[in-house]
Amino acid sequence: MLLAKNMREIKLGIKSLMQHKLRSSLTMLGMVFGVGSVIAMLAVGEGASKQALEEIRKLGSNNIIITAQKPMDEQGQQKTRILMSIYGLLYEDVERIAQSFAHVLRVVPVKIIRKQGRLTERAMDMRILGTTPDWFKLVQRPLIAGRTLAPYDLENFSNVVVLTEYGARRLLATRSTLGQTIRLGSDYFEIIGIIQNESSQGGALQSPDQQIDAYIPINVAKANFGDVFTQSSAGSRTRELVELHQIIAEVDQTTNVESTAAGIEAMLERFHKKKDYVLSVPLALLRQAEATKRTFNIVLGSIAGISLLVGGIGIMNIMLASVTERTREIGIRRAIGAKRSQIVRQFLIETVVLSTTGGLIGIAIGLFIPWMITTVAKMPTVVTPSSLILSLGISMAIGIIFGIYPAVRAAALDPIIALRHE
Amino acid sequence: MPMTAIQSNRKPRGREPEALLEDIRKIYTMGSTEVHALAGVSVVFEHGSFWAILGTSGSGKSTLLNVLGCLDRPTSGRYLLQGRDISSLDDDALSEIRLRNIGFIFQSFNLIQQSTVEENIQLPLYYQGVDAESSSRRARKLAALVGLEDRLHHRPMELSGGQQQRVAIARSLANDPGLLLADEPTGNLDSKTSAEIMRLLCDLNEQGKTIIMVTHEPDIAAFAHKRLYMKDGAIERLEG
Ligand SMILES: Nc1ncnc2c1ncn2[C@@H]1O[C@H](COP(=O)(O)OP(=O)(O)OP(=O)(O)O)[C@@H](O)[C@H]1O
Ligand SMILES: [Mg+2]
Repeated sequence: MLLAKNMREIKLGIKSLMQHKLRSSLTMLGMVFGVGSVIAMLAVGEGASKQALEEIRKLGSNNIIITAQKPMDEQGQQKTRILMSIYGLLYEDVERIAQSFAHVLRVVPVKIIRKQGRLTERAMDMRILGTTPDWFKLVQRPLIAGRTLAPYDLENFSNVVVLTEYGARRLLATRSTLGQTIRLGSDYFEIIGIIQNESSQGGALQSPDQQIDAYIPINVAKANFGDVFTQSSAGSRTRELVELHQIIAEVDQTTNVESTAAGIEAMLERFHKKKDYVLSVPLALLRQAEATKRTFNIVLGSIAGISLLVGGIGIMNIMLASVTERTREIGIRRAIGAKRSQIVRQFLIETVVLSTTGGLIGIAIGLFIPWMITTVAKMPTVVTPSSLILSLGISMAIGIIFGIYPAVRAAALDPIIALRHE
Repeated sequence: MPMTAIQSNRKPRGREPEALLEDIRKIYTMGSTEVHALAGVSVVFEHGSFWAILGTSGSGKSTLLNVLGCLDRPTSGRYLLQGRDISSLDDDALSEIRLRNIGFIFQSFNLIQQSTVEENIQLPLYYQGVDAESSSRRARKLAALVGLEDRLHHRPMELSGGQQQRVAIARSLANDPGLLLADEPTGNLDSKTSAEIMRLLCDLNEQGKTIIMVTHEPDIAAFAHKRLYMKDGAIERLEG
């Protein structure tokens, strides 16, 4: 009964709105664009920051990544023909980090080797990563086939190799390739597994397993290939002695990451004469990205708020004009016996119907624009439910408040004064 | 509580007057000057009577009618409508009385332009909470009564002045009021149409409605049984 009565009032409201199509659509327009632009803007902002955050998270937020880097002064001295540049992280560093820091759960050494890989007829220059089984705990990726490195592979100095998806593809290896032998440099390795790796390249941050073809036990790498690398580029040959290219340390708790990183940095400074490494803390980057995201959201939020406000003012403007225009009508209704509350109710229902319709169309636009941006510009966008609720809620509140205020004013008039209105 | 059918609001009454005014005053204060629109009006409008209120422009005719119609509140004085003292009622209660006990007819018709004839006639029933079906039935009956059964879905703009006033009369009858008030109902109409409207009002009076009508024109006033002449907000004389 109550609903039936409301239905009748809602129907009458819709009828009245339809009788003033131009006015209704103008009112709705403010709503539509307010809601639509807020949702679209927040979706773009959310998409951009989500991408950045995801990239960082892939590095592991509890990890500290130390990467070998050729010292600055040596980089510029190519002409003086240094026979061999010696830099980078040391096997000892791994031990030191593991023993000196209580919060470090595991330390993973990484050695990068460039060798030619040959699988049956196919040969490729490969980037091979010598590491320990712990690597797969830090850089967690789904296993495609077989297994990853195990402690006994290191104990036995086994010539085993785990291909990455990327490497497998380059070598045309498949599941059935498991157990087959691959030649790396001059040694033969058994393929024991294939694992996924980070393939996206567009990101600003380099994932440790990006463009890596294969993993082998680190002690096997050292024994078979040694620490000296010869690189020939542009006619000149450079020889480098690098024990380890990267060390990744995992810390037990997020809260201990920064202090541990500082400790490691201080320790490395003590043992390395040259600054031949860089320390990167994904967590710090994450914090930074989150701070950026917050600023971004504040800016976007303000713009969104302003557009909502403008939409709301538009609604009020038109409602105010319409009430002035409809004062006589209100007078007639009052003279016939409508109570003030009934008049206010009538206008309230009209504005609610109008705001809801406008808001829903706005949501449709707010969903469509990010979808377009993603499809056409290939930019990630994320429409969050909270942005829908927020924009719809705020704009409906504005619509209703601004819509109802003029009606309350008009209903407060004496009926005869309202009737005299032309 | 919506009513399922329209019953007469009029309970059988004794010799109780339709409306009784006692020393009604309406004073407008404009800065330092006071305008006495009504300067102490006392009069009794008997049940079933047909009155014409005459007087020069600005003599307070409309003000008196608005007070009678509960559209306006007197500054002081006592007003008994159908035996009930309404001098001290609040806005909602006055609205309720307009809705259930009074029919008002205006010089400028005061129809809602966007609504059809049928919707205009139904309006009081809508606010009474009468269901759509029975109010539509009643609107058709009233439209037939004023001879507009074939114009139900027209809008006021599409009707002549006389037809619009008939719609207004049909609307004023929708709540089956005991008291019909008309402020210059023929003021915007030619003499032939005016006569038709007056015959309609006479019929309604014969059916038992008390009618109080403001007019300038003596030949329109002649349709009424009694005449009240006003001057400067006071009653000059009564006739009939
Ligand atoms: N809202 C108001 N404020 C101030 N004075 C008013 C107001 N309404 C009416 N008056 C004054 O009250 C007096 C009576 O006005 P009223 O409208 O009742 O006259 P009337 O007899 O109906 O005149 P007419 O024949 O021209 O319609 C006039 O002097 C008018 O100026
Ligand atoms: Mg008047």
